Amino acid sequence: MNKSLIGTILLAVMLTACSSKPTKEEVSVDDKSVAPAASTSTTDSGATTSGATTSSVDVNPLKDPNNILSKRSIYFDFDRDEVKPEFRPLIEAHAQYLNQNSGAAITLEGHADEIGTREYNLALGQRRAASVKKVMNLLGVKDSQIETVSYGEEKATGTDRESRALDRRVDIIYKGE
Amino acid sequence: MAVRNQSKQGNFEYMSSTKTVMDKFYERLHLFFGALMLCLPFGSQAALTIEIVGGAAQQIPVAILPFSQPAGLSIREQDAIANVVSADLRRSGLFRVLETRGVANQPRTPAEVRFSEWAAIQAQALTIGSIETLPDNRLKVTFRLLDVLKQTQLVGMEYNIAPSQLRMTAHKIADVIYEKLTGEPGVFATRVTYVSKVGNRYTLQVADSDGFNPQTVVSSAEPIISPKWSPDGTKIAYVSFERKKPIIYVQSLISGQRYVLANFKGNNSAPSWSPDGSQLAIVLTHGANSQIYIINADGTGLRQLTRSGAIDTEPVWSPDGQFIYFTSDRGGSPQIYRVAASGGNNPQRVTFDGSYNVCPRVSPDGKSLAFIRRDGDALRVALQDLASGQVQVLSSTSMDESPSFAPNGRMLLYATKMNGKGTLAAVSVDGRVKQRLSEAAGDVREPAWGPMVN
Repeated sequence: MNKSLIGTILLAVMLTACSSKPTKEEVSVDDKSVAPAASTSTTDSGATTSGATTSSVDVNPLKDPNNILSKRSIYFDFDRDEVKPEFRPLIEAHAQYLNQNSGAAITLEGHADEIGTREYNLALGQRRAASVKKVMNLLGVKDSQIETVSYGEEKATGTDRESRALDRRVDIIYKGE
Repeated sequence: MAVRNQSKQGNFEYMSSTKTVMDKFYERLHLFFGALMLCLPFGSQAALTIEIVGGAAQQIPVAILPFSQPAGLSIREQDAIANVVSADLRRSGLFRVLETRGVANQPRTPAEVRFSEWAAIQAQALTIGSIETLPDNRLKVTFRLLDVLKQTQLVGMEYNIAPSQLRMTAHKIADVIYEKLTGEPGVFATRVTYVSKVGNRYTLQVADSDGFNPQTVVSSAEPIISPKWSPDGTKIAYVSFERKKPIIYVQSLISGQRYVLANFKGNNSAPSWSPDGSQLAIVLTHGANSQIYIINADGTGLRQLTRSGAIDTEPVWSPDGQFIYFTSDRGGSPQIYRVAASGGNNPQRVTFDGSYNVCPRVSPDGKSLAFIRRDGDALRVALQDLASGQVQVLSSTSMDESPSFAPNGRMLLYATKMNGKGTLAAVSVDGRVKQRLSEAAGDVREPAWGPMVN
């Protein structure tokens, strides 16, 4: 718990530092309405997770739709790579799972929307993936459990403001899935 | 690269029948693609369709007469030299190709030309030509460009070719006409590369500059991006995701063989050849941020060029090899910077106008910089004069990417979207001439205009 508290503080510092960066012109300023919420149930994700694992032996918490661990996408603002506070519970849940299951490993797959050039978006997707990795590292997840990769805009499907918002994301993919 | 044997014979510049390096190159290219067809699905036979959207204010009126040919020789209408030449000249936007069927006397030799008849339809220049068959199954193509007002021959050429070289010879003739009448080299006898996406299949294609003869270089179920021609036109560097991460390959168009140029941890992307072809600038992500490195063309001698806590990507060399221009968001928003190719000093910012300028390309004369500029929701091709800093937005499309200069610097080929479909477009550097190039079967993107090689 100490570790995660330090992580939270560091994360807060990080976010504050990031928010001092100049704000950019934004196509879609408020994409909270379109990006799925990270967690609808509780902010105390640790309790939810352990409860789920003990109550049912057969249900894989990573696949259980009632478990926050089944949520795998972290969404971003246009041309930004800061993790928004509403996705913290989701990342914390996965970090805790990885800390408790040292054999588990993930790939963080960074994506961007179709706006901009393919190479710039490839770089942006990488930075988004790295930004999620950094948060997980601060929460104690070992480097050996996380790989990052970027697909840039190559898998983007959005064609308008709402659907493009869903393309600006990092997907958490567990090895062996 | 290929040295063409040229000698004067009478008033003809004579192309030797000895096979040039490029002839061999094309033959081997066909052999290679022939072999490749066995294992790879060929792209559609349909070529890119090119639609001309605008033209120069002053177009040069020319009459291109059909080439005479032996009765036994069968040439498809679309491959007829006069038709290929006419289409090339029209597409450039700089020429008005006149209707010639109404002129009673259709000359085949200079002696038969009645210049007054061509002056009457306001032709400034006139071409006549012929195709003859040679004993060894080759063809002799002869053409003359005549100045109607001065009533003189501007140039005469003779080509001894294999039948398969007919279209390329027509492009070379169009290049000669273009150069004689505009004073600038023509680029019709060049090729382009682009990525075609049909269904979930990505193919890297090479086609003639008019979109004909598309050939598949490589085919993959995963994305292919950023193809770049080597300066001698024999190789293409590109980024492929076929191993579930971006890796840079260099593929020979002569042998079809390829090698991994860069497969380091993280992303390997954005290759750009040095003007002498000995090195490439590439982008790697050892950490969170994409940074620019230089690597020898054989994959050795990696060294880091930029060191920043920001995205540095899309490197491109200036034609003199002195500088590398690149995109960076070090100042808070993506802008274009340049750094000495030898490293050292701090990068200088180059674009100041607007909040999002990416994807730099330096013109062949080194005087201007093309890039993609974001205005509101629109991304457009812009051109900046490097001396004055003045910027002109060239395109009227709105989802533009990947501009690429024609090797004579007159046009920019780029990717855009029309009705949600990936297409290519071209615009002249003065913004007047516009073309749209689309492929019926699927999306086309990531174009790169090849060098002049002969």
